[in-house]
Amino acid sequence: MLSGIAVLGGILVITRRNAVHSALALILTLLSVAGLYLMLYAPFVAGVQIILYAGGIMVLFLFVIMLVNLEKSQKEEQFNKIWLIGLLGALGLGALFVGVFVRSARSSNDIFFQLLRRPLVAFADESNTQAVGQMLYQNYLFAFEIASLLLLVAIIGAVVMAKKRIN
Amino acid sequence: MPDFITGYLSSNKTPGEYGSVFWSLVYIFLIFLGLSVAVIAMNWLERKILAHMQVRLGPMRVGPHGLLQPIADAVKLLIKEDITPSAADRWVFWIAPVFVVITAFTVFIVVPFGPQHAVTDMNIGVLFMLGISSLSVLGVVMAGWASNSHYPLLGALRAGAQMVSYEIAMGLAVVSAVLMTSLDKDGTGTMSMIGIVQAQQAQQTWFVFKFFPLGLIAFVIFAIAMVAETNRVPFDLPEAEGELGAGFHTEYSGFRWSLFFLAEYSAMIAVSSIAVTMWLGGWLRPFPHALSGETWDTIFSLVPGVIFLFLAALSFRATARMSKHPYFKFQKLGLGAFGLLLALIGIVLFISTDAIDIRGKVQDVFWFTAKVAVFMYLYIWYRGTFPRYRFDQLMKVGWKVLLPLGIAVLILTAIGGIIF
Repeated sequence: MLSGIAVLGGILVITRRNAVHSALALILTLLSVAGLYLMLYAPFVAGVQIILYAGGIMVLFLFVIMLVNLEKSQKEEQFNKIWLIGLLGALGLGALFVGVFVRSARSSNDIFFQLLRRPLVAFADESNTQAVGQMLYQNYLFAFEIASLLLLVAIIGAVVMAKKRIN
Repeated sequence: MPDFITGYLSSNKTPGEYGSVFWSLVYIFLIFLGLSVAVIAMNWLERKILAHMQVRLGPMRVGPHGLLQPIADAVKLLIKEDITPSAADRWVFWIAPVFVVITAFTVFIVVPFGPQHAVTDMNIGVLFMLGISSLSVLGVVMAGWASNSHYPLLGALRAGAQMVSYEIAMGLAVVSAVLMTSLDKDGTGTMSMIGIVQAQQAQQTWFVFKFFPLGLIAFVIFAIAMVAETNRVPFDLPEAEGELGAGFHTEYSGFRWSLFFLAEYSAMIAVSSIAVTMWLGGWLRPFPHALSGETWDTIFSLVPGVIFLFLAALSFRATARMSKHPYFKFQKLGLGAFGLLLALIGIVLFISTDAIDIRGKVQDVFWFTAKVAVFMYLYIWYRGTFPRYRFDQLMKVGWKVLLPLGIAVLILTAIGGIIF
């Protein structure tokens, strides 16, 4: 049901005329994805998804939508002329996903089986936070630090680009 | 009695952990009831206390000393005409107050009134609370946008920017409190709200006094950030009357406005509960270890009854000092009856026999509520005292003062935890 709501939200995002409605549908999708994380025994990821994605990034999206005048885009055509080809492409991708999944169900020595059919052990709730913390700060510490440096560079770049020129 | 009702009562867990839907619903209903009473009381208290701070009397006419004023306000709001601006976005206009109220009330699922008195105790309780608070920003921004008018849009964008900035400071303060929970013998912290209070109990110190002054600075950061998060003075430029109309809820009238009002007070109580849980020891009575033992336990357990009897004495004194004019007959009767009710509650709270131990059972909830009430008084005190921050000063405080301070407290707490 959660995945159904996520897909419905996704469809609403691309079919609404009003950009604010699209943003709200995206929030619905993000919240249902957080619910899916909960179902997969990852409460920490679900909580962080809500805080950062739905509560932070979507606020920024809404800010940009409200500060940019979108009157013109509401009168335009909703879909462009090649939507049929886009639909065929998306259906092809979907068929690829389904094919990989079905194929992995058949043979147990296949590489796809190793990828997709590992049994999900029911972890206790606490260990998700601790597991993420351990992975982040012990195994992948270098990647973590580099990512934070990258974000810092992006912030400085954004501030510099947005500064007013005093001439 | 069917087993699904009595089975829970003998266990020592919260309804969520025990898995009982019936008792969860009972707790949720009690929380709704308590919050409604609290919001009504806050309305009256705010007007009365602000008035007394400004050397005037406040509402005196509606009931004895204005006690029925909140009911009059509620009735007025309910019978007001419900206006929707014609060019407003109807769907978003409808959903914005609903969203804000839902997020304000959902936080109370994890708020612990006692060791078993929470609706449920998630292992990520703190994270849940932070997430739901950040969702309330969305409701505010939607409200301002949907009104399709300048002042609400400006107010909403300002409110959104302010709430997002101070959420970061809040998060850092909260992280340093969670860090302090891991400073016991086996070194594993917890993010569950009940676990944080139990860690304070185990480490025998309220976190506000831990590693003095680090706990205190973290608490002060959270206290300032929570006032900014709920858009109250001195950070209430988004809803500044006299500067922006009424900010993001200008175009809402009647019942929709009362939903915003309800959500604002519920959010205040929610963040105060979180501050109390994390730093001030939740449901623990003052000095649980310094003054421990049977006699001190008994003395502290008498405090609820004594407070209610004191309030009843105040009511009786006010009744006696009322004017002798016959127009005041009903007001005198009303206030006297109110005083009698308070006295009855006070006497009931003294009962502690072997069969029914009301005095013992009410301790946790009472101390928690008393601490939250202190915070509510502080909120009203701030409103009566501080001038408003200008918006750029507000953002400067959030980003340039509280954020570095929060990071410094976090680092120093971690260092302190390693050394000691």
